[in-house]
Amino acid sequence: MIRFALAATVLVLGFSAVMAQSDPVVERKATMKAIGGATGLGAKIAKGEEAFDAAKVQGIFKTYVDSGKKMETLFPDSSKNGDTTAGPKIWEDQAGFRALQVKFENDAAAAATATTDLASFRTAFGTVTKNCAACHETYRIKK
Amino acid sequence: MLLLRRLLVTLVALAALGLAGFYVLTDPRVVSSSPQIGALPAPDIENGKLLFAAGGCSSCHATPGQDDKLRLGGGLGLGSPFGTFHAPNISPHTRDGIGNWGVKDFVDAMATGVSPAGQHYYPAFPYTSYRLIPPKALADLFAYIRTLAPVEGKAVPHELRFPFNIRRVVGGWKLLFFDGASFKSDPGKSEEWNRGFYLVNGPGHCAECHSSRNALGAIVQATRFAGGPDPEGKGWVPNITQAEDGLGKWSKEEIAELLKTGFTPSFDSVGGSMAAVVRNIAQLSDADRLAMAEYLKSLPAVQGPARPAAAQSN
Repeated sequence: MIRFALAATVLVLGFSAVMAQSDPVVERKATMKAIGGATGLGAKIAKGEEAFDAAKVQGIFKTYVDSGKKMETLFPDSSKNGDTTAGPKIWEDQAGFRALQVKFENDAAAAATATTDLASFRTAFGTVTKNCAACHETYRIKK
Repeated sequence: MLLLRRLLVTLVALAALGLAGFYVLTDPRVVSSSPQIGALPAPDIENGKLLFAAGGCSSCHATPGQDDKLRLGGGLGLGSPFGTFHAPNISPHTRDGIGNWGVKDFVDAMATGVSPAGQHYYPAFPYTSYRLIPPKALADLFAYIRTLAPVEGKAVPHELRFPFNIRRVVGGWKLLFFDGASFKSDPGKSEEWNRGFYLVNGPGHCAECHSSRNALGAIVQATRFAGGPDPEGKGWVPNITQAEDGLGKWSKEEIAELLKTGFTPSFDSVGGSMAAVVRNIAQLSDADRLAMAEYLKSLPAVQGPARPAAAQSN
C-alpha cells in the first residue's frame, strides 16, 4: 500500500513538473514569485523587523541563484505572447538579457559569501536586489 | 450662377477669416502669458538638483546609450499616435543646448511651453505639469542645469505626421487643454498633502503617464491617474487612484517604499520607465515621498479604461 502511495506520488509530482515545464509563462511567474518571497523576507531582516538568521539569509541567496538558473530556460521563442509581461526586448536582445541573468546569479552567489552578519547582509542584499529593477526596466513591459 | 459665385466668395472669405483667426489665436504670445519673475534671490543649486530629480529630467533628456545620466544631449524617442518625439539637447551647450538661455527663457519654456524663439513646444514635454513649479524654483533648476557638462550636437528632429508637424496646431491644443495656472496651496488641507499634491502634479508629472488620453493627446481629466494603455506600445500603465486594482489596498508607507526602492508590497520590482522614476524619486527625502503617498491616498477610486484580457493579471 505504502509502495503504491509512493509510486502514485512520484507519478503525480513528475506529471505536474511536466505540466509546468510545458508552460514557461506559468513557470516563470512561479519562479518570480519565489524571488519576490525571498526578497520580502530579506527586506524584513534588513529593516530589523525580523531577526538576522544566517540559515534564512543563505536560503534567500540560494533561492536567487537557483531561480536565476531556472529562468535561463524559461524564455523560449514560443513564449513571447499570451498572458505575460515579458517585453519584446528579451527576444530582440538575447545576449543582453542573458548577461543580466548571469549578473544576477553571480551577484547573489557573491552576496552569500560576503554575508557574515546583519551589516554585511544589508550591503550585499542591497547590491543584489538592484538587479531586479535593472532587468525589469528594459525587459518587462508596464503592467 | 451669380448666386453660386457669391456663395463661393463668401466661403473663401470665411475660410480666410477662419485662418486669420486661427493664426491670431494660436500665437504663442496670445495663448500663454509668461509668469512675472520679478527680482530673484541667488539661485539655490542644491534645490535645483532636487528638482532635477523630482522632475525626472534625465529620464528623457540624457543621451541614450551611455551611462552618464547628467549628459543631457537629448535624442531619446518617445512614441505616440502622432509620431515620434525626440527629447532635445538641454545641456548648457551654447549652440546645441540651452547655454544661451536666460532665466526668463527657461521659466517661459517650463511654465508656458513657449521657446525663446517664440514657438510652441509639444506637450510631450510636460509643461502642462511643470507650470505648477514657481519661478524661484525654476530659476534654481536652471542654475543647476548650467553646472552640468555642455554636450555638443543637436538631437534629431521630431518625426510627426501632418498636421501635427505644424507647431501652430499646438496653439489650438493649448487653447483647448492647457491650464496655465501655477500652484496654489489649499488651506483646507494639511501641509503634507499640499506638498504631495505639488510633487505629484507638478515636477513629478505622474499623471502624464498614469492617465489615458483623448484623440488629441490630452489627458482625460475624468480618469486622471486611473491608468491606461501604454502609449509607447505594449503594456498597461497602472491605475494609481484608490480603486481596488489601483492603490486602494496599499498603505501610505507602502507607496512611499515603492517610490524609494521600487518594490511593491508583494516584492515585485517595478519595471519599464518607472524604474528610472524610482531612481529619481529615491533622491528626495522620506518626508517628500510620504507627502506624495499622502496625496495619492486622498485620490478617490476611479475606474480607468478596461484592460484587454491578456494584460489583466501579472
